[in-house]
Amino acid sequence: MSTLEQKPAALKTGDNQTVPALEAAGISKTFRSKRSRLQVLDDVTLTVGKGEFVSILGPSGSGKSTLFHIIGGLVKPDAGSISMNGADVTGQQGHISYMPQQPALFPWRTIEDNVLLSQEVQGKVDREARENARRWLGKVGLGGFEKNHPHTLSGGMQQRAAFLRALLSPQELMCLDEPFSALDALTRSDMQRWLLDIWEESRRSVLFITHNIEEALLLSSRIYVFSSRPAAVLHEIDVPFQRPRREDIIEHPDFIRLRRELSGWLREEQLKMQGAT
Amino acid sequence: MRRWWNSVWPPFVAVLFFLVAWELSTSLFHIEKWILPSPVDIAKETADGAGDLWGHVGATVRLTLEGFIIGTAVGLIIALILHLIPFLKSALYPLLILSQNIPTIALAPLLMIWFGFGLLPKLIVITLVCFFPVAVATMGGLKQTDRVMLNYMRMIGANKRQIFAKLELPHALPAIFSGVKIAATYSVMGAVIAEWIGADKGIGYYMMLQKSGYRTDRMFVAIMIIVALSLLLFGIIALLEKWLVRWKPKQDN
Repeated sequence: MSTLEQKPAALKTGDNQTVPALEAAGISKTFRSKRSRLQVLDDVTLTVGKGEFVSILGPSGSGKSTLFHIIGGLVKPDAGSISMNGADVTGQQGHISYMPQQPALFPWRTIEDNVLLSQEVQGKVDREARENARRWLGKVGLGGFEKNHPHTLSGGMQQRAAFLRALLSPQELMCLDEPFSALDALTRSDMQRWLLDIWEESRRSVLFITHNIEEALLLSSRIYVFSSRPAAVLHEIDVPFQRPRREDIIEHPDFIRLRRELSGWLREEQLKMQGAT
Repeated sequence: MRRWWNSVWPPFVAVLFFLVAWELSTSLFHIEKWILPSPVDIAKETADGAGDLWGHVGATVRLTLEGFIIGTAVGLIIALILHLIPFLKSALYPLLILSQNIPTIALAPLLMIWFGFGLLPKLIVITLVCFFPVAVATMGGLKQTDRVMLNYMRMIGANKRQIFAKLELPHALPAIFSGVKIAATYSVMGAVIAEWIGADKGIGYYMMLQKSGYRTDRMFVAIMIIVALSLLLFGIIALLEKWLVRWKPKQDN
């Protein structure tokens, strides 16, 4: 593995100037089969600073999840590299914590054991980890459900447990792949507020995929807007609101202006995609 | 309790009706006892002859359990090996299916010629009827691992062993149990067949003995015992399943 890959353009200014938690440089990926070629990612470069909440906003089916699979080491990019904290980890697994679209809790495990799963895979669950997990479960409103099995919980509660599983993982970067897209609108906005609170307290490095504009604006410090297939970074915007944020920022004129701008871009991309098929 | 009762009484009444019809028709049509004994005759014979039967029942139970455990273990091992080595699976799976078209009853006499009248050929017969449902169910269960969960495990960097132990195996457990339950009932049948062909004790041997004496009533007693053994073994496995797979959401049935 060459670690002497060229560094991409200067790091984004954020709350830190140190090595970013994640640096994806020039990622391209084309899926080839005998009959067809499908280019899904075209020279995608992005960074997530330490303790930064970054969103990827793009039309559905634009290859965002493929980018996650590349970051997670499941898929090898045709070009480009992934580094974390300055070390090249292209094609290596186990460097991220992850929350998928569906909660994917294991039905045979209790909530507590589910939350501890990623730590278990990393090979370290001691009494302290267990106590920590219980403390967090209480904190996110799942106290008393430690010994329950997942199917006895509501969708929102399952997602909270799945989030906790990612949060309690030892890896620094959390990758959240449209975690709330399967929830109903009401639960969804509850969960967004909830995530905002939890994140502002824990300040982990987060890469968040969504196609929901308000969600991206509410939660993130920066947003990368992706084009439709093949996905490339169209725009990169800083979200100017102070932290800790409150949900009333959605009535702020800047919020409304940004929302309008973003939805214009997204609609354009969506139309392009429909035109292409 | 009420719901339990509601589901129990219709089959109970049906069985009762069947027994009464049987009893009435044997006396009504004067059917000879050696052709078809009436339920009352069978019950009497059960009460009288129970003493000499225990030895035979014990032998059959032992043979059944030994064969069942070996057969299930063989089925599980075959499924695991074929699951872990895809090449072997593509090579051997069709043969495995094909092998099930060979009737075990036809093989049993051959096994007696090759391995004599000892325990070994009997265990082979039971293993042959047991391993297949376990192997097929286990392979099916392992193959149907939830894609989302599998993807999650790989994303967080789980290795093959962890994926197998923490995801594939527990996920396959309900499927494995459905195979083991079938194997449980097959194993009793396998044991009886093995005893028909060559044994000096056991329910199967007892049946053969009574057949030559035209003691149809005693054969019915034997059949009842075989049914009871099958149900008992099935029930034990079902209880074990209930305990091990207690995480599964309750389904309406």
